[in-house]
Amino acid sequence: MSDFEPTIVAFFCNWCTYTAADLAGTSRLAYPPNIRIVRVMCTGMVDPKYVIKALLDGADGVLVSGCNPGDCHYINGNYKARRRIKLLKEIIEQFGFEPQRLRLTWIGASDGIRFAEIMREMTEQIKRLEPSAARLKMVI
Amino acid sequence: MAKTARIEVMDQNLAEALRNFLKAVLNREEISAVLAPRRLPMKNRVMPALITDPQQLDQADPLSPAFAVNSARLLSRLTRKPSGGQVAAVLRPCEIRAFVELVKLKQGRTDDVVIIGLDCLGAYSNRDYFRWATEPPEAATQKFSRAVLTGSGAAMDGVDLSPACKACESPTAEGADIAIGLFGVDTAKEIWVQARTAKGESLLGKLGFAEAPEPASRPKALEKLIAERIAYRDEMFQRTRAATETLEKLSTYLADCINCYNCRVACPVCYCRECVFVTDVFDHEPSQYLRWAEHRGAVKLPTDTLFYHLTRLAHMSTACVGCGQCSNACPNDLSLMELFRSVAHRTQAAFGYLAGRRIDEKPPLFEFRENEFPEVVGISRPSAG
Ligand code: SF4
Ligand code: SF4
Ligand code: SF4
Ligand code: FES
Repeated sequence: MSDFEPTIVAFFCNWCTYTAADLAGTSRLAYPPNIRIVRVMCTGMVDPKYVIKALLDGADGVLVSGCNPGDCHYINGNYKARRRIKLLKEIIEQFGFEPQRLRLTWIGASDGIRFAEIMREMTEQIKRLEPSAARLKMVI
Repeated sequence: MAKTARIEVMDQNLAEALRNFLKAVLNREEISAVLAPRRLPMKNRVMPALITDPQQLDQADPLSPAFAVNSARLLSRLTRKPSGGQVAAVLRPCEIRAFVELVKLKQGRTDDVVIIGLDCLGAYSNRDYFRWATEPPEAATQKFSRAVLTGSGAAMDGVDLSPACKACESPTAEGADIAIGLFGVDTAKEIWVQARTAKGESLLGKLGFAEAPEPASRPKALEKLIAERIAYRDEMFQRTRAATETLEKLSTYLADCINCYNCRVACPVCYCRECVFVTDVFDHEPSQYLRWAEHRGAVKLPTDTLFYHLTRLAHMSTACVGCGQCSNACPNDLSLMELFRSVAHRTQAAFGYLAGRRIDEKPPLFEFRENEFPEVVGISRPSAG
């Protein structure tokens, strides 16, 4: 499936991963253009329905990424996000979504290099899958 | 104080013995009202009623297979604020579990309530019940309760227990203040009552019944019933998961849905005062519909059907108590309870949670720990679940 260009919807917290993305950009670190970034104030505000909507609209993957444990600017938003991702995985995997399609990572503001690596790796993993069923078939 | 009691059944009239028990409860001055299933005067139907006049309890019908609404919702309305009185609420086990969830969600209070829970004989779906309830109500309920309690089963006259009840592995009133035991009890002669909380013990103590040990045949009878229920449930999970294991299959499963949202209205634990699906978030711009249609050549209307069900699963499956009111409410007969329970079983297990089990157990999304679920963080494990 190497010619398949996936779309990955990414919810990045303003303070850490978004800043890391910025840093990667200004440092001219290359990462795949497949990542479509939505900036949120904190991963703790990513309601499960944002993830579900993205997946049903044909996103091949969804990535939620925020601050490292202990670093959340709203104290514990990332811990709440982790529970929601756990919950969502339990649900969507029952309906055939592969585990690779929904990921949670913690990337600190100064981790531009790691950011670029993770974007590449996530994109590679999704390229190894089929395009999302929601892209190919009519979803009601 | 009495922790347990035996209530005598006269002339094999179980319903009458239960009504007399409820009258004794209502006669206590600290009890202002009894909330219980009661026959309507104008039609052969059973609906919850808030009863203050003991005579009105003559029409109470707590063993009827009618289950029009999950009363947890109603009790939440009655307990939102102090009412100035104490209500004794006669509930099915799944209604108690739903109420426990609502209390945790701050949608009700236990302060002014004594919960009287019955061993649940099960219920027919609304549609089945309406077809079946043709005989005089007292006789109909008696026929039903005898059939269930003597072991011949609830299937009769072309109707049977709803799938939710067939799959219910918690048919006893664990969360009640006072639990009324019927299974494994010689109900032609007696009812076995157990106080399960200090509140229940205090009330039961005042009613003046003699202590009585648990009937010897009860544990075995319950064990057998629960094993049957679990077998049905697990087969149901398997069947439902197979029918929804891909997005395409899930779409097929939900194809008849018309987004009326009745299932959410009937669900006792879908608790939002205003569901997001009826807010202006879903008043899409007309031009948006055109864009969606152009994107794929066609868009099915109404839109957002899977979006609705998946979001509801994410919002409330950890609180699903398996009552089956979602299926009951669906105009197009979708097998919703089956879907919601299959998912809820997994989401609750993922957090070691069981909806309605304990009032002091926090709902999974109300708390977190610093070190947990390492398997969902990172991308190094392609197969991480
Ligand atoms: S989803 Fe259905 S079975 Fe579960 S609590 Fe709500 S109405 Fe009851
Ligand atoms: S679907 Fe979600 S938003 Fe709507 S009532 Fe249920 S929990 Fe609330
Ligand atoms: S009640 Fe039935 S038709 Fe209405 S929204 Fe629920 S599943 Fe769809
Ligand atoms: S602010 Fe970054 S995860 Fe909360």
